[in-house]
Amino acid sequence: MRALIGLISGVVFGFGLALSGMMDPKRVRGFLDLFGNWDPTLAFVMGGALIVMAIAWRIQARMHRPVTCENFSLPGTKNIDARLLGGSALFGIGWGLAGLCPGPAIASLAANFVPALVFVVAMVAGMALFKLADR
Amino acid sequence: MILPQFSIAGFPDAQPVEGLIGGLLIGLAGAIMLLGNGRIAGISGLTARTLGLTKGTPWPIAATFVLGLVVGAGLFLGIVGPIEATFAPGWGWLIAGGLITGIGTRLGSGCTSGHGVCGMSRLSPRSLAATATFIAFGVITVTVVNLLGGGW
Repeated sequence: MRALIGLISGVVFGFGLALSGMMDPKRVRGFLDLFGNWDPTLAFVMGGALIVMAIAWRIQARMHRPVTCENFSLPGTKNIDARLLGGSALFGIGWGLAGLCPGPAIASLAANFVPALVFVVAMVAGMALFKLADR
Repeated sequence: MILPQFSIAGFPDAQPVEGLIGGLLIGLAGAIMLLGNGRIAGISGLTARTLGLTKGTPWPIAATFVLGLVVGAGLFLGIVGPIEATFAPGWGWLIAGGLITGIGTRLGSGCTSGHGVCGMSRLSPRSLAATATFIAFGVITVTVVNLLGGGW
């Protein structure tokens, strides 16, 4: 059941990414090209996602437990530290260089397999390097 | 796609309608994960978990979600048709971008989905700070690359 929910969530997410135009790295890069030829599409995508998720959080607050398990497992950390900001800054640089964030990169394996795979393999290598270094 | 045609004055290339509807679906996906499995639909974390690079989320949830991303995009291609996509001109961009994205998302515990969509909608201060930071550095990066003549 929990795997089915995971699969449905992923499928809806991937379908939404494809519809939204966010699987086009040039368009995503266009959103970050604020001082050049700016493309506001990503703001509409984020807006749509935030509307639905804000409602979901209101529902979550009234639920005693999620559908498939005993407890919600949600991030509890509150502190804004150097790791959070440094990691986010690095991610922003990577995002700006390739016009891809992890979701569209993985979803793009269905559409543009070779360049998506190059990015995803490099991304996984980065994650593995981080794991080795962060002991 | 039979969607209303709507363009924003001054931004002829933007796709506000597709963007908004796609965004609503992305939010729905996050809601399904949150209310169904009680977890954040954070793609960088779930990818790392699927490959055994972190602990936390039960593996079946992470792996099916990541697989679902590819299936969902594939369904769109099969039902609706091909999408427009222009990738960076050369593997160098993809390898550098991927490596830095991989390190950064693990160090910063999230990306556009976890911090941007799930965290910001929860008004999490950490996620608001993270999202502001990665958008700012994305803008700086694209601007600098353009100034150096590497725009694409």
